Amino acid sequence: MPDPIPSRAAAGAMGTTGGDRMPDAMISARGVRQVFRAGGREVVALDGIDLEIQEGEFVCLLGPSGCGKSTLLNAIAGFVPPSAGSLRAGGRPVTAPGPDRAMVFQEYALFPWMTVERNVAFGLELKGAPRAEIAREVDAWLHKLSLQDFRDRYPKDLSGGMRQRVAIARALAIDSPVLLMDEPFGALDALTRRNLQDELLRVWSELRKTVVFVTHGIEESIYLADRVVVMTYRPGTVKRIVPITLPRPRDPASAEFNELKKAVAGLVMEEQLRHQEAEAHGATAD
Amino acid sequence: MRARLVPLLRAVVIPAAVLLLWEGLSRAGRVSPQILPPPSQVLRRWVAYLLPTEPFDPASGESRLLWLVSGELPRDAFGSLQRVLVGFAIGAGLALPLGLLMGAKEWVHQLFDPLVQVLRPIPPIAYIPLSILWFGLGNPPAYFLISLGAFFPVLMNTIAGVRSVDAIYVRAARNLGAGEGVLFRRVILPAATPYILTGVRVGMGVAFIVVIVAEMIAVNSGLGYRILEAREFLWSDKIIAGMLTIGLAGLGIDLGMNALNRRLLRWHRGIEQGR
Ligand SMILES: Nc1ncnc2c1ncn2[C@@H]1O[C@H](COP(=O)(O)OP(=O)(O)O)[C@@H](O)[C@H]1O
Ligand SMILES: [Mg+2]
Repeated sequence: MPDPIPSRAAAGAMGTTGGDRMPDAMISARGVRQVFRAGGREVVALDGIDLEIQEGEFVCLLGPSGCGKSTLLNAIAGFVPPSAGSLRAGGRPVTAPGPDRAMVFQEYALFPWMTVERNVAFGLELKGAPRAEIAREVDAWLHKLSLQDFRDRYPKDLSGGMRQRVAIARALAIDSPVLLMDEPFGALDALTRRNLQDELLRVWSELRKTVVFVTHGIEESIYLADRVVVMTYRPGTVKRIVPITLPRPRDPASAEFNELKKAVAGLVMEEQLRHQEAEAHGATAD
Repeated sequence: MRARLVPLLRAVVIPAAVLLLWEGLSRAGRVSPQILPPPSQVLRRWVAYLLPTEPFDPASGESRLLWLVSGELPRDAFGSLQRVLVGFAIGAGLALPLGLLMGAKEWVHQLFDPLVQVLRPIPPIAYIPLSILWFGLGNPPAYFLISLGAFFPVLMNTIAGVRSVDAIYVRAARNLGAGEGVLFRRVILPAATPYILTGVRVGMGVAFIVVIVAEMIAVNSGLGYRILEAREFLWSDKIIAGMLTIGLAGLGIDLGMNALNRRLLRWHRGIEQGR
């Protein structure tokens, strides 16, 4: 196996921390492990995560609450470096957060001192986009998410569902190649959720984005994803990757859809049982 | 109608009773007017203190508005207010950036914290002798003392404010591409504003106390100077009139602070409940 010297030099310049070169994949995780120390005890949130996500792919991370989905997303976003293993995004090692991986936070993380409009404009302003373009983009995203009547409101005056929509608009507005979404539709009613799922699919296919979408909704994951990554509970590992080849738009009422749903539900159920057993044995404390 | 009248009556009944008792005691000759002049006399003195000393002279070309505020009281009040504002601006202007840095950077905190901890418990009043030695008499020592009084409350609250900023906002901003400078100006500073405004309010209160003391000792004008001067002449009515003016000025500053709070914290949860 040839090991060209220039690649080592380049890797050194980028401050890489070892790991193989993984060409082509938009996001790649190799042996990612995340250990938290909580109250003197160690929690292995992630262990041995190997995952490759291709450019333009829509991947859902699925698993019971507490299995490490947010932890993995935070590591990809560059907020918390993994305890071990390597992470690459867009061909470079992940060393810091950046606008090439826009994040929709589970907690929304809207800036409470900015109005809806300012929140959505913030990322565009940081990019140094011209004023007129910012105004146009903000307008467009507010409309797409039915927020145009709330543009001058502060987050404290919005419902949970509206806050979530602002968080989505803010992330989509910066037009990053990768979208990291942490249960972005969790606080929405069923109808709004379906509308936004469709809108997201439209944006994704039109703009060729790579999406990593965290959810604990089995139907949601099958409705959206090219591949569903089912995770295990404590430590969080990849249990199974289920490819979804159904043509879009998908019909959740169809027989094929329900076949898949049953299969995935079986996998998730196994983990939920493990979770409950672990809790019954007092091995966990959230 | 009745629902509004009753609280209003309740609000005035005690002050009115106190004034009546005071007036009655003075009139009955129970207390010497030198010690405690009746409120009516204080009021007359206050009006005299407030009104212009010279009659209006249209020939002088002076505006009527300027003439209206040419009395002793308005000049004293403006003088004191100007000292408070300048001193406060210096003190808070230094405390804010230092507090932001000390709150955000542990190494800056380690550098400055020992000095801050040693200097902070010294009341600004204790600096009066030194300030006169350094700056002489007049405005400069007053500015120095007031800025000292405003400095520490703003500093301590700014540090606490920065430390209380939820890490999720920093994450969100970095995710959207914010560098260090933007993070400070557009995330940490606004997120810490509720704390900083608390510091501003406390600092203003201290500055107002310090200005009165400074004027009593180091300055030849202002509200603090005036009540001390009145004592030399045993004008107790003017002393009380001056004290009432100081109280009104303090109330004015407090109302200004409330307005500033409401304006800057429109976005903040619970601001509506906060009276
Ligand atoms: N900062 C942290 N400190 C300690 N434990 C953490 C921390 N973040 C997450 N964990 C733990 O790691 C596990 C995975 O958490 P998380 O990624 O939030 O799960 P999910 O998003 O799948 O619900 C949980 O057991 C959680 O308690
Ligand atoms: Mg989560």
